[in-house]
Order: sequence, then C-alpha cells, then structure tokens
Amino acid sequence: MTQYLLRRVLIAIPSLLGISVILFTVLALAPGDPFEELATNPAIPPEVRQNLRASLGLDDPIYLRYFAWLGSMLQGDWGYSFISRIPVDDLILQRLPTTVAVIGASQVLALCIALPVGVMAATRPYSLFDQVANTLAFVGFSLPTFFTGLLLILLFSIHLDWLPFVYSTKIDATGLAWWWAQLKQSIMPIAVLGLFQGAAWTRFVRSAVLDVVRLDHVTTARAKGLPESRVTLRHVVRNAMIPVVTLVALQMPAVFGGAIVTEQIFRVPGIGSLLITSILSNDTPVIMAVTFVFAALVIFFNLVADILYGWLDPRISYR
Amino acid sequence: MAAPAARKRVGPWGEAWRRFRKHRLAVVSAVVLAVLILGVLVGPLFWTLPIDEIDFSARLAGPSWAHPLGNDDLGQDLLARIMYGGRISLAVGFAAMAVAVTVGVAVGAIAGMAGGKLDAVLMWVTDLFLSLPQLPLLLLIIYLFRDSLKEVVGPEVGVFILIVTIIGLFNWMQVARLVRAQFFSLREKEFVEAARALGASRWRLVTRHILPNALGPVIVAATIDIAAAIIAESTLSFLGLGFPPDIPTWGRLLFDAKDNLDFAPHWAIFPGLAIFLTVVSINFLGDGLRDALDPRRVI
Repeated sequence: MTQYLLRRVLIAIPSLLGISVILFTVLALAPGDPFEELATNPAIPPEVRQNLRASLGLDDPIYLRYFAWLGSMLQGDWGYSFISRIPVDDLILQRLPTTVAVIGASQVLALCIALPVGVMAATRPYSLFDQVANTLAFVGFSLPTFFTGLLLILLFSIHLDWLPFVYSTKIDATGLAWWWAQLKQSIMPIAVLGLFQGAAWTRFVRSAVLDVVRLDHVTTARAKGLPESRVTLRHVVRNAMIPVVTLVALQMPAVFGGAIVTEQIFRVPGIGSLLITSILSNDTPVIMAVTFVFAALVIFFNLVADILYGWLDPRISYR
Repeated sequence: MAAPAARKRVGPWGEAWRRFRKHRLAVVSAVVLAVLILGVLVGPLFWTLPIDEIDFSARLAGPSWAHPLGNDDLGQDLLARIMYGGRISLAVGFAAMAVAVTVGVAVGAIAGMAGGKLDAVLMWVTDLFLSLPQLPLLLLIIYLFRDSLKEVVGPEVGVFILIVTIIGLFNWMQVARLVRAQFFSLREKEFVEAARALGASRWRLVTRHILPNALGPVIVAATIDIAAAIIAESTLSFLGLGFPPDIPTWGRLLFDAKDNLDFAPHWAIFPGLAIFLTVVSINFLGDGLRDALDPRRVI
C-alpha cells in the first residue's frame, strides 16, 4: 500500500507540472503586457522601463521565464494583487476555507442522496421507483447551477422569506445564534451544488450496482443465506463503488465550475468569487494564482480518489 | 422446402430507429428539441418586434398579450430577445460540438492506430485535459484574449470564435477515449484484416472500414457535448464574461435578470427554462440514441 501511495503521489507531480506549463503558455501567448500599467505610464522614462523589464526577466527567452515563474510559485512568492496590494497567497488563504467548506458539505449532501437512491433504484430495476429516480436524476443534472440558484432564491428568499440570499461574513451573534445564522445562509449554496452532483452520481451508482448484482459472488453470498441487507451493503455496494470513485474524480473540474457559479450567485466570499472579481478588475496575478489553486485542488482530489480506489480494491495496489 | 416466414428486411438504421422509438422520453425530447430549434430559427420571421426597441412604459412588465414573455428593465420584448439569444446559444452548442468531435476523433484515431509510445503520450495529454479546471481556465483565456480578437474581427464574431474554440478544446477528451477504445477492438477484427490483405491503404482502412463502425458511441457523445457546450456558454454569459451586453444570449439574459428577481421573476424564469428545456431534451435524446446506436453500454 505504501508503495502504491508513493507511486500515485509521484504520478501527480507531472500532471501538476503539465498544468503549470499550460497555464504559463496561455499567459505568454496572450497579447499585451501584464505590466501594461508601467508601459503606458508616461512618467517612467524608457531606459528605466527597460531596466525594470530586464530586472523582472521579461526579455528572457520563454523557457527561462517559465522556470523563473515556477521557481517563485514553488517558493510561495505569488506576487501582489494589482488592486488591493496584498500578497496574493494571503488573499487566497483568507478565502480558501470557505470554498472548501461549501464544496465539502455539498459533496457530503450529494453522497447522501446518490448512494441510497442509486442503490435502491438498481436493486429494483425498471420499477416505478427506478423510473422516477432516473427521470429526476436526468432533470437534476440538466438544470444548470446558475438557474437552480436563482430559482431557490426566488422561492425561499423572495417568496417565502425564510433564508437570506446574500452570504454574510459578519454575523453579529454568538454561540448558538451564530451557528443558526450560518446554517441558514449556507443551506442554499450547498443545496444547489449538492443536488446537481447528487443527480449525476445517482446515475453512476445505479449503473455500477446494476453491473455488480449479476456477478457470481453475489449469488454465492445469497446462497449462503446471508440477509439481503448484508448482501447489498457488503458484497454489492463496496464493489460497485470502485467505478463510481473514478467517475466522481472525473467530475471534480465540473464541481469547481459549479462552485464558482454558486459563490457568485450567493456572494459567498470564496476563491471562486475572488476569481470573478479579479477578472472584472484585470488583476492578473490573482487570476493566475486562483486558476493554479483550482488546478492543484483537482489534482489533489484525484489523488484522494486514487487512494480510495486502492482501499476499495486491494488488488490494484499490488500491481 | 418451406420458405421462412416473409419478414421485412431492416437495415442497421431501421433497427436503430426501432430501438430509439422504445425510449418514449427520448422521442418526446426529440420533438421538443425540434420545436425549440424551429422556434428560434423561424420564430423571428413571425414575431417581428425588434430585440432592442426601448419602451420605458413597459419597464419590467410581466407577460401580456402584446409581450407574451414580458419585458426587461428597458422595456425590450423578451420573446424576441429569447428567440435571438437561442440562435446564438444553439449555434455555439453545435459549433463547439463540431470542434470537440473533430479534435476527439483525430486524437483517438491516431492513438488507436499508432499504439505504443505515441498512444501513451496522447493518452497522458487526454488525462491531463480531463483534470484541468475548465471553468477557471475558460475565464482566464477569455480574459486574456478577448480584447485583441475584438480588434481583429469585431466584437460579435471574435467572441463567438473564441468561445466556440475554447469550449470545443475543453470537451474532446471523452470522444478521444471512446474512439481509441473502438479502434483498438476494431482494428483486430476479421473484416479489417481482410481489407488489409486486399491491399487497402492505412487511410482507407481508417476512413472506410474502422471509423464508420466506431460511429455509434461518437454520435452519442457528440449529442451530450452539445448540451455541455450550451451550459458552458450560458455559464460564461451568466458570469458576465461571455458575449457583449448587446447580444442577448440565454445566459446573458439571466445575468441581467438576476438583480431584478424580486420585481420581475419572469425575466429570469423564461430564459432559464429555455436553457433547461434544451439541455434536458438533448440529454434524453442522447440517452435514446445510446439505446439505439450503442446497445452494449449500460450507463
């Protein structure tokens, strides 16, 4: 297992490097100068500008610039925001926990929907429950997150006036009241993301379970006289989870896309809304850094999926 | 000798149509989708209100006989705007799908035919693209390239080309994987062997013998890609970073509507419903096509 883990970590590194190359190429191909501010400022004489460019390494060949950029990224020197003049890594660290909390909670919600519904549907194939669940799952993942978000606001904030539609960081309450307010303002963002993911996963779980129930070891387990619940939980679901984990890992980029939209709708102060505000205000260092953080998060979750995979299916860790 | 009972001969397409018809929701979806497409294509010929006629007396007015879907904050007619926006959203969907399928088939076919090192490299790139955070990268690329393309080909065409290309370039991976898997199994089949023995060139083998047989799953994936591209474009426009404000794509309409939800819910609901109906019917259609063209797969 340790060896397997080590190998997965080592495989993640080239992917991260690959993404950094893509990011840097995009930036380098882009027309215009990220330091346009300086270039168009008439107060700076041309020779000073030249020296500045040279000291920043902007005239070096592209591969040297890539290594310089990568080196400073690795050392945690991510530059300063053009707008707020705060180090970019501080800005991101302030907002990362909110994003991770919202995404994490919504994934848990999605799992709580997808597992029982998917297993129930697959153990009663083509029943009424299966058909209803399947149709609802289709509807669920065809509803774009930005539309569900608006519909929920319309229903719960405007019509019923139960939940606030703007996420606030400054709740002036303590103890239980604080938790209550926090819960109320988190319900909608988490539900939007969780329902969307849950719908997609339900279909994965259903088809994976359908594949496993017809295998011989399940028949054997039933023939031994094990109760049906134990057969389903121990013999079917665990094996069915193996392909599901892969599919869920493939969905991670979509999850982050949904998170950006959701944060924007409910004004959740996470890195997704930071990305949008910095694009709207041309804040290049922040945009680059946030994109890179998202990429790193995707790779990290792929790694988690790989580890889960090795735990669910011990055969592959010996390979 | 008794002749076998006369049975109407059905070709492979007839067989596929028989299987497709069994999926009732898919048939309904095909009709809904046809109505939607026809509506946005032909609709503006009958509903001739201009999309940008400003009428402050009808500001944020709800649905009425004169304006069946209501008006926006400038009193512009929403039905006309939704039909116009639908043309763009659907065009983006189809064009981005074409880009994705072309790239995907090319990569998959090369990897599947070449095998070995080239295959390994191409698959590594495919996996890399699958783990890219697509929306942040889309936003980054549009942010960096938007202005310069605008100068070259004008704001509308520039943004259209840009959006279609990048959405396409972020959606080809599934097709590539499918095509590669199909190629691996098909290229060992007897009929390919026979064609090779008859001296068919590599190009002819691929285009005439292998690719047509790999088409079923590709058509299914292409259908789903249209839905994905429509959602991607709407997401960009919804974040205010897609088409310029004077082009009312469905996502853009939602973006404009979201701050007026409490006075004019109809403004958000109708374009949202249009996106939802299009996407859900495309997804159901894809499901039906999977039953029809790719009967072995279960998902």
